[in-house]
Amino acid sequence: MTDNSEAKPGKLSRRHALECMVWAGTGVIWTLSGGIPKSLSLLDEAQAAEAAASNFTFLQISDSHIGFDKEAEVTAIDTLNEAIGRINGLAVKPNFMIHTGDITHLSKPDEFDDADQIIGSTKIVTHYVPGEHDMVDAGQGKAYMDRYGKDSWGQGWFSFDQNGVHFIGLVNVVNLKAGGLGNLGPEQLDWLQKDLANRPSSQPIVVFAHIPLWTIYPQWGWGTDDSAQALALLQRFGSVTVLNGHIHQIIQKVEGNMTFHTARSTAFPQPAPGAAPAPGPMIVPAEQLRGLLGLTSVNYVVGQRDLAITDSTL
Amino acid sequence: MFLRLPRISLSLGMAAGLATLAFCMPAFAKDVTVTISNFAFAPAAMTIAVGDTVTFVNGDDTIHSVIADDGSFHSDGLDTNDKVTFTFSKAGKIGYHCGLHPFMKGTIVVQ
Repeated sequence: MTDNSEAKPGKLSRRHALECMVWAGTGVIWTLSGGIPKSLSLLDEAQAAEAAASNFTFLQISDSHIGFDKEAEVTAIDTLNEAIGRINGLAVKPNFMIHTGDITHLSKPDEFDDADQIIGSTKIVTHYVPGEHDMVDAGQGKAYMDRYGKDSWGQGWFSFDQNGVHFIGLVNVVNLKAGGLGNLGPEQLDWLQKDLANRPSSQPIVVFAHIPLWTIYPQWGWGTDDSAQALALLQRFGSVTVLNGHIHQIIQKVEGNMTFHTARSTAFPQPAPGAAPAPGPMIVPAEQLRGLLGLTSVNYVVGQRDLAITDSTL
Repeated sequence: MFLRLPRISLSLGMAAGLATLAFCMPAFAKDVTVTISNFAFAPAAMTIAVGDTVTFVNGDDTIHSVIADDGSFHSDGLDTNDKVTFTFSKAGKIGYHCGLHPFMKGTIVVQ
């Protein structure tokens, strides 16, 4: 908290302020909004009205790990049901949802079925990218592609536009190489280059993928080997928001026009980078669990450079 | 080249295949266990004889998989206490890794 090099005297730098908000702990809402503080919550009626007045909102859920049942008292199905219950209770529904992977724990058909049934109860269009846990069927990803890959390129990547914002779903969990991190691969990077080629730099971009597209902790595989090439293609855009999952906790960073953010899991928490011998599930007392799980809501307002990102716990 | 024998779903057909293979193998073919614990294979390096089998047991509370670096064999996701057995019928050195956590690596020398 002593690095204030970017701040004017007497003022917090944006990065500094964000650090403070993240440090405020689980369950605390934080927003990121180009220097203009903006706070939204899934819980609050007034804030829901504010979301309704904005151009659109979307919601990120991640790492539902259906099939995981190592918690003492609740399963991943229970906690996903709670998360979806929160979404179904919203006064103003998000325009769509993104799921940033690890839908299932073991890529089993009944796990995908359960996830589809629970998430489908929202009747909200949901865009999926796979996590590495969705790739461990005998076909090494065939089960995922059969179910979610119909309108995608390559091994599941795609893009679409909503209210002038360009959304890109990337896949960085296929054919991971020994000793490596997440991987996009040349075919996908080539597609990304073409996808972005004719877009004006003023168009806001939201990129989402399972494994973080910035290096958080390579010792645990929390990064993507060739993400620098993808980020170089995004460099010229005035507003880039990068949303990831995988690490089951909120970590974020602002770098130039790019905002990076990782979401909580709806299933189980993982330790902070390096805080444990290995990145396995953290089994916590039941009364603490829901404070470590959650959802991310993103609010887009035309004319505002950055998107307001809000995390809430279960 | 590699015969994949997931113990949890060993079918009659696969069992028959194993019996055939066993008939062809030297009588002293042995099975070596690799334990997966704290996101590491142990032992991470070993030397076995042609025809030996290696059984991987997941002792962690998250899932892992076992994938040959050259793609010649792979397991499904292994949940806690799940096992998978591969038979190595050709001499050579082969590296493998976990498909979910590729920083987990091991090697097997088949003589």
